[in-house]
Formats: sequence, C-alpha cells, structure tokens
Amino acid sequence: MSLYRTELRRLGKRRFTRWATLLGLLVLGAVLVGVFFTNEKIGPDQQAAAQRQADQQYQEQVHWAEQERASCERAKAAGENQSEGRYPPDCAMIEPPPQGSVEARWFLPSTFDFRGSFEEMIVTFTAILALVGFVVGASFVGAEWSSGGMMNLLLWRPRRLTVLLTKLAALLTGLVALTVAAAAVWTAGFWLVGSLRGSTAKMTGGAWQSFALTGLRGLVLIVVAATIGFALASLGRHTAMALGGAIGLVVVGQFGVGILLSMAGTRFIEAWLLPTYALAWMRKKITLENYEACNATYYGECKPETLDLTWQHASILLAVGLVAALGAALVTMRRRDIA
Amino acid sequence: MPAVLEIEGLRKTYKSRRRGVRHALDGFDMLVEQGQVHGFLGPNGSGKTTTLRTLLGLIRPNGGRMVILGQEVPAALPAVAGQVGAIVESPQFFPHFTARDTLSLLAGAGEVPQNRVDEVLEQVGLRDRAGERVKTYSLGMKQRLAVASALLKNPKLLILDEPANGLDPGGIREMRSLTRDLAASGMTVLLSSHILGEIQLICDSVTIISLGRRVAFGPVDEVLAEHSGGGVRVRLEAATDLPRAADALTRAGVAVTAEPDHLMLAGVDKPAMVSRLLAEQGLYVSELAPVTVDLESVFLELTATAAVPGQHRQVDESTKVGGAGQPGVAGGGWGA
Ligand SMILES: Nc1ncnc2c1ncn2[C@@H]1O[C@H](COP(=O)(O)OP(=O)(O)OP(=O)(O)O)[C@@H](O)[C@H]1O
Ligand SMILES: [Mg+2]
Repeated sequence: MSLYRTELRRLGKRRFTRWATLLGLLVLGAVLVGVFFTNEKIGPDQQAAAQRQADQQYQEQVHWAEQERASCERAKAAGENQSEGRYPPDCAMIEPPPQGSVEARWFLPSTFDFRGSFEEMIVTFTAILALVGFVVGASFVGAEWSSGGMMNLLLWRPRRLTVLLTKLAALLTGLVALTVAAAAVWTAGFWLVGSLRGSTAKMTGGAWQSFALTGLRGLVLIVVAATIGFALASLGRHTAMALGGAIGLVVVGQFGVGILLSMAGTRFIEAWLLPTYALAWMRKKITLENYEACNATYYGECKPETLDLTWQHASILLAVGLVAALGAALVTMRRRDIA
Repeated sequence: MPAVLEIEGLRKTYKSRRRGVRHALDGFDMLVEQGQVHGFLGPNGSGKTTTLRTLLGLIRPNGGRMVILGQEVPAALPAVAGQVGAIVESPQFFPHFTARDTLSLLAGAGEVPQNRVDEVLEQVGLRDRAGERVKTYSLGMKQRLAVASALLKNPKLLILDEPANGLDPGGIREMRSLTRDLAASGMTVLLSSHILGEIQLICDSVTIISLGRRVAFGPVDEVLAEHSGGGVRVRLEAATDLPRAADALTRAGVAVTAEPDHLMLAGVDKPAMVSRLLAEQGLYVSELAPVTVDLESVFLELTATAAVPGQHRQVDESTKVGGAGQPGVAGGGWGA
C-alpha cells in the first residue's frame, strides 16, 4: 500500500507527466473552442437567409440556362457549327433545373447537433488521451530504468513483479482519474456547444446510454494504450524504446505494409492497419469498401464489395497486444540482471 | 560473534555468444561478522560489484550460497531488505527530482518515517542543498546522496561500494568518522574501496578478491602479519659482530640479508627466537623490530598487480588462486 501511494506521488511529481497532461488538455480545449466558433445555432433568421440564398442561386441557374439556349439558337440560325459539341442538336434540350433542386439546407451554417455529433467527439477525445497515456506510461517507467531509479527502488522492495505491477497500477489510477474528470468536462463542454451553437434535442436515455458505452470503450482503449507504452518502455529499459517502437510500427508496419499491400493489389488494405481497428472498436463496426470489385444489384447498380470489422475483432487485437507486451515485460522483469 | 553475512562458493558466469564465457565470480567466499567494518578489496574487474549486486538480488548467481542476517538470500531478500542499506557503484538517481524528494519517495516505498529524510540529509552534509535537483549536483554530492539513501533505513548491515568515489578530502574524513560511528552504534559495514590507506585506518577485517576468488581474508593486522613475510630488522650493540650473527641465524634456517649496520631477516615467525638464538652466542641485540608492511604492498603482492616498469598491466592480469595458471596469466578472462 505504501508503495502504491509512493508511486502515485512519484507520478504526480514527474514533470513529464504534468507537461504531457497539460498539452493533452490544451489540445482538447482547442478542439472544443474550435467547434464552438465554427458552429452556430439555426433559428428562423438563418433559415430565411438560407432560403434566400437558395432562391438566388436557383434564379441564377435559370438565368444561365436561358442565356445558353438563346445563344444556342442564335448559333443554329447563323448555321455555324465550328464549335462541335458545344450545343446539343436540339436547343430545347437546354432546360433550367427543376424547381427545388437547390435546397435551402445546403446554405445553412454548420450547427452542432449533440445527438448526431458527440460520438465523433468521444472518438477524438479517446485518440488524444490514448496518446497522452502511451507517452506518459512509457516515460513513467522508462525514465526510471534509464536513470537507475528502478535499481534503487529494488534495493528497497526486492519483489520485482510487485514493484512493476504497483507502478502500473499507480499509472492507470492516475490516468483513469484524469480521463474521467476530463470526460465530464468534455461532455459538459459539448452540451454547452450544443445548447448555444446547435441543438441538444432528441437526447433520450438510450442515446445517453450509447454515448456512455462508447465512452467506456474509449476508456478501455486509453488504458490499453498506456499499459502497452509502459510495458514496451520497461522491456527496453528506456522511454525511447516505446516511442521508437511506436514510430517504427507506424512507419514500417503501417506505411510500409500499406504500400506493399497496395502494390500487391490486396483487397481491403485498411484491414491491415491498426487505426482501422481502433475505429472499429470505438464505432462498434466499420465497413470497408472495395471499389475495384463490383457486385451487381437487382437494379443494375454497382455496389462495392464490403468487409465488416466489428468491435469484437478489434477486442481480440487489443487483448493480444496487451497480453503480449505486458507478459514480455513481466517475464523479463523477473529474469533480467539489473546493472 | 555471529556472522551477519556469509557467502560460500558464489559463482556468476557471463556468457557472450561472440566471446565465450567469463567467470566474474568463481567460487567466491566471504564472511563478515557483526559490528565489524569489513573492507572488500580487489583490482578492477575482480568481481566486487558483481558480488554486491548478487547479494542484493539485482543479478542472479549461477551457484553458491549467501546468507544475510541468518537468512538465505535471494529467497529471503524481501524479509531482510529493510535491514540492509546499500549503495552499488555510484548509484544514479532520477535527475529531475530534488534530493529531498528522492529520499522521501524511497522512504515512502520502504515504510520509513519521513523525518528520517532530514536526519540523513543533515548527516551527509546536504541539508542546505536538499531542495535542488540532483541533476545540478557534483559527483561528490551525488555520492553523499547515495550514502544518505543507504542510511535512510537505519540498516543493520550497510553495504557501500566505493563510497569515497568523488569525495573531497574533508568528505573522505567525514565518511571515515561516520563509518566508525555507525560501527560503534552496532551497525555492520561492508566497504569496498581502492583507497587502501583508508581501509587500513577504519576496517577491522578485510577480504581481498582477485579474478572472482578470495585470495586473503581476516582481521587487518593478521593479514598484514601473515604477508609481511616475517621481516625483522636486527641491530647489535657492536656492528662488528654482525657477520657472526648472520652466520648463526643462517645456520638456524633464517634468510638473512646483511646491511652495513644491521641485518634484515625474513621468514621469522617469532622475533623472540632471534633474540634467544643470538644471546646463546653471546650476541646482544640493541634493536629487534618487525618490519611493518602496509595494506597496499600486501594487496599488490597478493593480487600480483604491482606496476612493473616498462609494462602496461592489463585488467584481469592478477592472481588466480586454485587455478592452474600462475599469477599474471589472464585466466578467467573471456574465452577461459
Ligand atoms: N553485464 C556484464 N556482462 C559481461 N561481463 C560483465 C558484466 N558485468 C560485469 N562483468 C565482468 O565481471 C567482472 C567483474 O566486474 P565487477 O564490476 O564486479 O568488478 P569490480 O571488482 O567491481 O571492479 P571495479 O574495481 O573496477 O569496480 C569484470 O571482468 C566485468 O567485465
Ligand atoms: Mg566495482
């Protein structure tokens, strides 16, 4: 218990923890403020303005069509036919667009519909905090290894696995506390954006429950990211090992694989890329489409071939990554000579 | 006196795929009794730090038995760790914490009352700089912090690997009196150092290691006496009698070197024997002085690491006991 409290204290004292957390919160704040200022509420005024704009555009199109037909007929009358294909054979084919083809809603300013848009915001939140969790987790144990602090600590607490797992527990406690607090502010913030710059209508209990579940999956993703960062840094005894590993994975494993697969003409390249699974985890299901292949429908339409990835697929990947990284870290922790 | 620390037949082997096998510890033994200040000496790379690391559970031995405070380690390490304070070869600390934070976190992890922190900071002379980040400390200040961290637990056994490394002369002297005070208060201190004058001043007993094996051990004066070679200087009332005396002693089997005004004897167990032998011949000694050697020369002799003019001695060129090779042959090196 004393070790756990001490590790929590150490986590809070670390400047890197503070800076990374602050940076993460600032980015979140910037997103919130950005969304606030790029949206506005839609009232009768905005509706009317949009209708005016739509009408105006429609008039312009009608006017343009008439002009075209007039010049087409003039050209026909003059018998000139140099500009081949410029006009259809029958000038009557140049018709104004049908009434109502310019919709007023196209001219509405963007507005924040809480029910429709907050889920995307949860995904953004998760991505930012997962990144913070990964680097803070890596640095928390990595700096300890590379500075010799871990060796010092083991002179006091020789049970190595206990030490490592207690550190991890302290890290995750701090991270979950941060996430929950930030999520509360995030939700309140966007509720405010919704009320002031959009709408918070139709928020039923079911909608809230769905957001809560998405948030919970986000929390799991954040915890897994932090744990993997922690495990990799402990494995390599250096923060840079985790960060380097992650960057290596992105460059080689993702860009490289992406390029190779596309050269090989593999279908559903995204299915080989990690962010796809993170998204699948958050959205419960994503559908990949392959436009190269054509599945003819009853109506003669061409539908792309699809592949569904669900959160269950993603959960397998998360679990395997977590177990592999943490397991390797624990096994080497037990075995290694500490110099 | 009960033993606080016992090591028997400790072995640690480093394997490298490219360069074969290195026996860093090759059947090493050690015994430290309670209340002693015990010196741990050996040339560079002889295995001192490896021994201490193994003892503290940081590295895994390949064989042998270790007992601290009556309990087998590493198995019982969690139980005894609270009673063993240690610094291992210029320990590093997290550079961005202050000395006080560093110690306070250790105290927290080890369930030591926080007021110990200021006590030990005072003890090692860091009181006024305790609020500064370790990164800004000088070598000696870091070393003092390390000693403070080892003292924090108020241990029964204090293990210090080269604590004087980087200390100023005043610091070395303080370290000396600190060590003495701690020993007087009943703490057992195991001290590894290359400053042999220091060891000779403060240690009750020593263990000397060379190439992973013990080459000498015991109380300091015994080790000195054993390896002084029984040298004795003899003067007679009349210098003219010296040749007769030399003759008599040689006949008695003593190695004698004649000097203009005295004789140097070697291999004398009991100086009294010399005095009796000469008296029987009607020769009366005016001075009979055992030649004192210092720890340094004993160390150099025992480990065979004295400098030879015109040669550059390499690490690992030192005495190998029990092995087939003679001193100076790099047995136990890579590939051995
Ligand atoms: N991790 C390692 N891998 C390979 N060999 C090692 C390792 N650690 C130590 N050794 C070897 O073990 C031997 C003993 O080293 P050790 O550090 O114990 O010496 P020491 O007596 O403390 O020397 P010094 O007086 O220089 O501090 C050396 O030959 C060293 O090269
Ligand atoms: Mg050493």
